[in-house]
Amino acid sequence: MPSFETFHMPDAGEGLTEADVVTWRVAAGDTVEVNQPLVEIETAKSLVELPCPVDGVVVELLVAEGDTVEVGAPIVRFQVDGDGPDLDVPGGASTADAPVPSVPTPEVDAVEAMEPDPAPTDEASGAVLVGYGVSAGSAQRRPRKEGALDPIGGAGEVSDYPVLAKPPVRKLARELGVEITTVTPSGPGGLVTREDVEQAAKARSTRALTTYDANDDQPWLESGYSADGGRSTRVPVKSVRKRTAEAMVKSAFTAPHVTVFHTADVTATMDLVKRLKADRDFQDVRVTPLLIVAKALLLAVRRHPEINASWDDEAREIVYKHYVNLGIAASTPRGLLVPNIKDAHRLPLHELALEIGELTALARENRTPPGALAGGTISITNVGPLGIDTGTPILNPGESAILAFGAIREQPWVHEGEIKIRWVTQLALSFDHRLVDGELGARVLADVGRVMSDPAQGLVWG
Amino acid sequence: MDAHGPLSEEGLVRLLDRTGARLDHPDFGAYAAELDAARLRAMWHDMTVVRAFDREATSLQRQGELGLWVEAVGQEAAQIGSGHAMRPSDFVFPSYREHGVAHTRGVDLPEILRIFRGLQHGAWDPAAHGFHLYTLVIGAHSLHATGYAMAMARDGLVGTGQDTDGAVVCYFGDGATSQGDVNEALTFAAVNDAPIVFFVQNNQFAISEPATRQSRVPLAQRGAGFGVPSVRVDGNDVIACYAVTQWALQHARSGAGPVLIEAFTYRVGAHTTSDDPTRYRSHADEAYWAERDPIARLEAHLRELGELPDEAVEAAASEAKELGRRTRETVKSWERPAVETMFDHVYAEPHGTVAAERAWFSRYERSFVDQGVHA
Repeated sequence: MPSFETFHMPDAGEGLTEADVVTWRVAAGDTVEVNQPLVEIETAKSLVELPCPVDGVVVELLVAEGDTVEVGAPIVRFQVDGDGPDLDVPGGASTADAPVPSVPTPEVDAVEAMEPDPAPTDEASGAVLVGYGVSAGSAQRRPRKEGALDPIGGAGEVSDYPVLAKPPVRKLARELGVEITTVTPSGPGGLVTREDVEQAAKARSTRALTTYDANDDQPWLESGYSADGGRSTRVPVKSVRKRTAEAMVKSAFTAPHVTVFHTADVTATMDLVKRLKADRDFQDVRVTPLLIVAKALLLAVRRHPEINASWDDEAREIVYKHYVNLGIAASTPRGLLVPNIKDAHRLPLHELALEIGELTALARENRTPPGALAGGTISITNVGPLGIDTGTPILNPGESAILAFGAIREQPWVHEGEIKIRWVTQLALSFDHRLVDGELGARVLADVGRVMSDPAQGLVWG
Repeated sequence: MDAHGPLSEEGLVRLLDRTGARLDHPDFGAYAAELDAARLRAMWHDMTVVRAFDREATSLQRQGELGLWVEAVGQEAAQIGSGHAMRPSDFVFPSYREHGVAHTRGVDLPEILRIFRGLQHGAWDPAAHGFHLYTLVIGAHSLHATGYAMAMARDGLVGTGQDTDGAVVCYFGDGATSQGDVNEALTFAAVNDAPIVFFVQNNQFAISEPATRQSRVPLAQRGAGFGVPSVRVDGNDVIACYAVTQWALQHARSGAGPVLIEAFTYRVGAHTTSDDPTRYRSHADEAYWAERDPIARLEAHLRELGELPDEAVEAAASEAKELGRRTRETVKSWERPAVETMFDHVYAEPHGTVAAERAWFSRYERSFVDQGVHA
């Protein structure tokens, strides 16, 4: 009963991740013995000849000369004698005996994909003692029990049955993104031919016909593809959506959030907005309640500067900032962005209005410069225009507070002992409870409300 | 070949030339007199077997069974010659390439590979073999070796004229001679008359850095500055290596103090399996040294004497083949040791802090889904 053994690309240096196949010294059908020259590979370090690991017969070469192969990927398949202790499989099927350590079946219920290292980096890390470093994305965090693990037989497992195909055909399949084990062979003796691969690629691209573009009336489906027989569309996560997701997850799961709420009578603010709109000096800017709430927040920060800080986990330090880069969440065609106004604490009201106007215009036109997205210290999210009372915002990563500003409505309100119709809004402040205590958060929010209710208070505190 | 400097033949003791012709030496010839044909054959046998093991280990690394391997090919004469001059009362502090010396000290060669498969930091009992664990930090062990030698003197294991007299032999390379540790060790050994033989295998390269970037003079000349008697020997001449080590050990065991030996040799293989020597040395150099192969040289001498019968050659070949097969099977059969075993040899006696750390680490390991896999 024949048994099979697969040889995987070894790490011929320390910490190498891939190698180029230069020359095969054997061919399918060759009888080989241990340590005879098998294949010449080129790594980042040198040209290396790999000796044959078994006595047996070469069944097939799984990679072609010129291919770049990841360390651990199967490169050749041998038929070996049935004497090997762990090579025999009932029914005569073959087995892949990997020299790379395999992961045992975990004895836990929750089994999900391995989580990648949370530090997102596109750079190669140099974290090896000797060698040329590890390529980006190769670092994986070891899963904990409350976490999860790739199930056995996941990525990297090869079919037990040898697929017959010539190396150039395998290369073509890889280039076309066709999994060769799924191709129906038409060649002699079950050989997968070039035409088979091309046919499979064509069939697959036919299925993926439903591709959406930006001009579609459903722009969120852009670059998606049809799934589930047309009942759903799968859209790859990228760009702003990807960064938003990363930022939100990072923020939500590192900073313990607390949100405090405050309902305020802002009739005086509405009067002020009306007056400023009529003011000759403010004719070149758009005066909105957002301007007043921004100023109110800046005044509150001035009274409680310790809210304007960030938590440096690595250094175990709290960074108190003596400047305010005021972020304002903006919905843009690309998605949610939080550009910030640099040194907003220095700006008189008119300049602040100019800056908010420019920030909003750039965001709307999709021209927000990257510099405007970095270095924020505290933020405002203005949910009012959508008719929403308030929410519990998630912190922009690296900041310790964010103010949500809700819709301003006319509501019955007790004013000077009587029920009157007043302009009322809801304010919410989320903060990082690692460095901001409830009292501080409450004081900051109360101060914002105070200025909104009585803008003249700003004169006192300004 | 340079006329002067660390790569010259200045002052080399040689008792066997590259064609296998026997030479004499006024000071050291006598120390080789006891080497009869049987003992020479035993050394040839050891060199042959060790080289076969070395080649097998290289193959195993290329097949993904070892993380790394450091070949000693070309340095067999220096290692087997010096190893054969020792006796059980001596104690060796090797660097990480001393597979030949390990063999002469009775370490089963495949056991060395536990280190290079990433399973253990050392897999033999140093006391049982008089052979310390490998040290990978360049030259760091020279101070431990010196301290051990000073302790041997205090234990009365030196200068009694008995068979219990011993000495330490500390192996390191040309690159290590530039390390502060090695220079400190020579200083301490000299002023304390420590019974230690510093055995430098000058294989001409500190990874890729040539010995000419380590010294202006032959490395043996450095001993004089410390007041340590020194000798320079042809490191590819197993008979000369035996003779000078025999002299050095007798000197050290007698209580007369340390000795420095420089064995001038050539690293035929790469620094390690992660290195590509073609980037820093020429084919001409490799060809020059191939003609000076230590095994071929002794083989020619034994054949000239008519003392290398076919049975001996066949016996060595079959032992080499069997060792290769056994090495391959043994390596593949090893299980990962439990990670907690790393705490086992921190102290000789039970230790509270270590016990607490071991307990914590066990709990930590159990918190992972893939317990033990990342040992």
